[in-house]
Amino acid sequence: MKIAVASGKGGTGKTTVSLALAMTALSNVELQDCDVEEPNGHIFLKLENVIKENVSVPVPEINTDSCISCGKCSEICQFNAIVFFGSPPMIFKELCHSCGGCVKICPVSAIREIPNVIGHITTGKAGSIEFIQGQLNIGVPMASPVIRQVIRLSGKREDTVIDSPPGTSCSMISAVKESDFVILVTEPTPFGLNDLQIAVETIEKLFIPMGVIINRSDSGDDRVEEYCKEKGLELLMKIPFSTDIAKAYSNGMPLINSAPQLAEKFKEIWTKVRLHKRESK
Amino acid sequence: MKIAITTTGKDLTSEFESRFGRAPGFIIYDIDKGSFEFIDNSVNLNAPQGAGIQAAMSIIKAGAKVLVSGHCGPKAFKVLNEAGIKIYSVEALTVAQAVEYFVAGRFTLIQSADVGGHW
Repeated sequence: MKIAVASGKGGTGKTTVSLALAMTALSNVELQDCDVEEPNGHIFLKLENVIKENVSVPVPEINTDSCISCGKCSEICQFNAIVFFGSPPMIFKELCHSCGGCVKICPVSAIREIPNVIGHITTGKAGSIEFIQGQLNIGVPMASPVIRQVIRLSGKREDTVIDSPPGTSCSMISAVKESDFVILVTEPTPFGLNDLQIAVETIEKLFIPMGVIINRSDSGDDRVEEYCKEKGLELLMKIPFSTDIAKAYSNGMPLINSAPQLAEKFKEIWTKVRLHKRESK
Repeated sequence: MKIAITTTGKDLTSEFESRFGRAPGFIIYDIDKGSFEFIDNSVNLNAPQGAGIQAAMSIIKAGAKVLVSGHCGPKAFKVLNEAGIKIYSVEALTVAQAVEYFVAGRFTLIQSADVGGHW
C-alpha cells in the first residue's frame, strides 16, 4: 500500500502527517522523503545504518576532434541545452533533460553521455521504519530525476508513505503518480483552500483516490470543509491548532510523540485507505 | 557593423526594452548603411527555459557584432561572450536613442552577467 502525502500549499504539514503515518503503520513501513528541494524527514528520526549515494543524470559531452560542426545536435535539442554558432557546440548541462536525442542524431558519433551529479540519496533505519530520502543539489533546476531515483530504489516494504514536494508541478506528479492513495494536507485559510483545489484537480487527472487532512483546523474558517463536502472528498482527519504540537515540532519531536491521542486516528486512516489499494499495476 | 537593440516594437521609433532574453524583439541596425531589420523574439518571451540562449543565437545568426540592451543574464552572456559579441548597457527610451547613445559612447560595457536567470 503506497500513500502519498501531498499538498498544494507549502508548510501545511506534509512531513508532520507523513511521519505520523509511518509511526502508526500496522506493518513494517518505508518512509520516502521526496521533498528533494528541502527534505526534512531525517530531522525527526534517529537514523541508523545511514548510507549516501549520488544521483546523476546523463548529459552530452562532445568530442571536438570528431565533431564536424553540422549543428544537428543543437537543432534536435528541445531544451536549448546545446548552442551552435560555429564550432564546436556549447553545452548547458543544467538545461539538459537527458533525452539522448543529440547522441542518436550525431552523424559522426562525436557525442557520448557522461554522468552529471545532481543530488544524492540517503537511506537508513529508524526502529521499524525504513527511511529513504532524496536531496537535490543547490542550483539544480530539475527535481524529478532525484525523486524518480528515490522511488526506484524503494519498495523494500509492503507499506510506503511518500512525503511529496509541495505544489502541483512535475516534482509533485513524480512523487505521487505511482501511489494507491493521496492524502492532501491543507489548512483552513484562503490560501489553503485555493491550493487544495488546484491539488485536487491535479490528482483527479491522475485518477488516484484521495482524502483530505485539515491541519491547524481551528485557526481559520469552514470553507475548506464546505469544499470537501461539495466535492465528495473524504475529510480523513482534523489536526487541532496547538502551541504544544508546534513547540514539539520545532524541537524535532514528531506529532505522535507530542499528541499521542492522535495515534488511533492515524491507524484508522491506514485501515480506511487500505481499501483503495490498486490491484493491478 | 551590425548592432542588435532590444525592443518592444518593430522599428527605430519603438520603445527600448531593458531585458535581453525575454525582450519581445530585436532591431538589427547596420551602422554603416543606416538600414535595419526586425527579429521577432516572442517565442522566447514565454519560454520556460533557455530564453537568453535562444535570443543570443538569433542575434548571432543575424550577424550582429554588438548587443545594446539593459541587462544580460548568465547563460546569454556565456553564449555572446563565446561568439565575441560585446554587450553594452544603455538607459534609453527608444531604439533610435539607444543607437545614438551607443554611437556617442554613453554606455556601460557589460563584462559579466549583471542579473540572474529568469529575472
